[in-house]
Amino acid sequence: MKRKKDLVAPYFYLIPSMLVFAVFLFYPFVKTIYLSLFKTNKLGQAKIFVGLGNYAELLSSASFRNSLKVTLIFVVIVVIGGMLLGLVTAVLCNKAFPGIRFFSTAYALPMAIASSSAAMIFQIMLHPAVGIVNKLLGLDINWLNDPKTALYCVAILTAWLNSGINFLYFSAGLGNIDESLYERASVDGATGVQKFFSLTLPGLSPIMFYTLVVNIIQAFQSFGQIKILTEGGPSETTNVIVYSIYRDAFFNYRFGSASAQSVILFIIIMLITLVMFRIEKKGVKY
Amino acid sequence: MSQTSTMTLRGKGSLTQEELLALKTKMSAKALTKRRTQTGLRIAANVLIAFVVLLPLLYAFSIAFMPSSELFTTEMNLLPKNPTFANFVNAFTQVPLLRFIGNSFVMAGCITIGQIISCSLSAFAFSFLEFKGKGVLFMIVMATMMVPGEATIISNYLTVGSLGMLDTYPVLIIPYLTSAMGIFLFRQFYMTFPMSLYESAKLDGCSNLRFIVSILTPLTKSAIGAMAVYTFINAWNMYMWPLLVTGSNKMRTVQIGISMLSAVDSQSITLMIAGVVMIIIPSISIFIIGQKQLIKGMFSGAVKG
Repeated sequence: MKRKKDLVAPYFYLIPSMLVFAVFLFYPFVKTIYLSLFKTNKLGQAKIFVGLGNYAELLSSASFRNSLKVTLIFVVIVVIGGMLLGLVTAVLCNKAFPGIRFFSTAYALPMAIASSSAAMIFQIMLHPAVGIVNKLLGLDINWLNDPKTALYCVAILTAWLNSGINFLYFSAGLGNIDESLYERASVDGATGVQKFFSLTLPGLSPIMFYTLVVNIIQAFQSFGQIKILTEGGPSETTNVIVYSIYRDAFFNYRFGSASAQSVILFIIIMLITLVMFRIEKKGVKY
Repeated sequence: MSQTSTMTLRGKGSLTQEELLALKTKMSAKALTKRRTQTGLRIAANVLIAFVVLLPLLYAFSIAFMPSSELFTTEMNLLPKNPTFANFVNAFTQVPLLRFIGNSFVMAGCITIGQIISCSLSAFAFSFLEFKGKGVLFMIVMATMMVPGEATIISNYLTVGSLGMLDTYPVLIIPYLTSAMGIFLFRQFYMTFPMSLYESAKLDGCSNLRFIVSILTPLTKSAIGAMAVYTFINAWNMYMWPLLVTGSNKMRTVQIGISMLSAVDSQSITLMIAGVVMIIIPSISIFIIGQKQLIKGMFSGAVKG
């Protein structure tokens, strides 16, 4: 009797989590793959089996290829911008100085701000007539309605949002570098720049790698700021995959095509993650 | 020959004896000025960068206090000339902001408490109990982190729609009642405790649940704190799911409710920003209060590389 109880009891502790995962993650994930093989009706019920038809349609559609291109540019800007800002701010707060607590809070703060709130603030900052950006730069650009600038604007906003947690990651990484290394380097007459490139960066490489993976995955999933600021426009220049999924499913009611795009997004993210872990095994110095 | 050299050496030594102090003060003064300029430069750089980083927030605060007429000028208007609270008052009357705030607190609060409970139960099983399929199950949980929310959101929407659950609290809360990251974080902490802690508690007749509540929980306060801050802020800031599943003002969360203000006419920009400021304040306050906990919990061991 007791043995039997011991055999079953451990699973009880897993039930709450596993139930949620099963209903809202595993099941919908499988269902998304299933739906991606069908044409659906407006209620999202699978009607006509088309096999890989949705995928073939997507890959030959100019709009989806544009989405892929836009997403790639967006992710590159967001990841580089967000990590650079995180790194610069972490290095600036690397040594104790008066006011360090205020500054580190300031640098981490963007992580507490919602993408939608940030988007609304940027909407006003970039407003062509009253916005602070045009006023400070003495320009007259309609940032969010110009196909040349819109994507950069939403990307920079996203980089800013992500820089907060990057600051925390890099600060933790810098804290792990042995202080005596710097002292020895100073005695040997190394300059600040030399120390940065031969001590700080290699010392950061494990956390740098982790941060990079997290940033890439996060950048692929940005939605709120694009929904609020540009709705994919002007002329589809900010129509990243996630927004395209949203539009296909909830405006055009093409749930099959939207599901196929979700699957493609998942495959892209998984491939990037796997490739990065491959590279990590070779490249990162511990 | 050898004697003279030692003599001169000794002579040199005794000479510097006096000069040494002078030299030392001179050198340390030099070092001090160098250190001071370095600190000065560091502070200057920090002020500059922090200003850029905080600019959107400062600008939002400034506009929230600006009368609408002041915003629409071609002059530079960084600070309000006649600061007013009217925008905040109007934001409450134009939209049911209190209701939105209440909804968000209910949603984020339930998600936070639920995740802490479900994640600590799972993490307990994964760290202290032995059962069949433990390794595989843990791998599966970790693998869920790779599935982006967008890959499941359509099917989830269709599921809750067919269950008639749209526009209710449960639909906002239940899908987020657990997280792989939380399970991982708690397990990481539990693994630092020796198995003998659990075994001796068992010998004393302590049940598993009591072990979690009265022994593990007090010992993992920092992890729970970190988890609470992180989860609450993320839930408070959630956008896509609430946007899809809420359809009436009664159920809208702050992020959705306020972003609907942006569609209104341009005269209400200041009002909208006042709303944004009010919904940013709770998440910022929680972040500032819980920042230490968050950093301690998230980075002690978990991400050491």
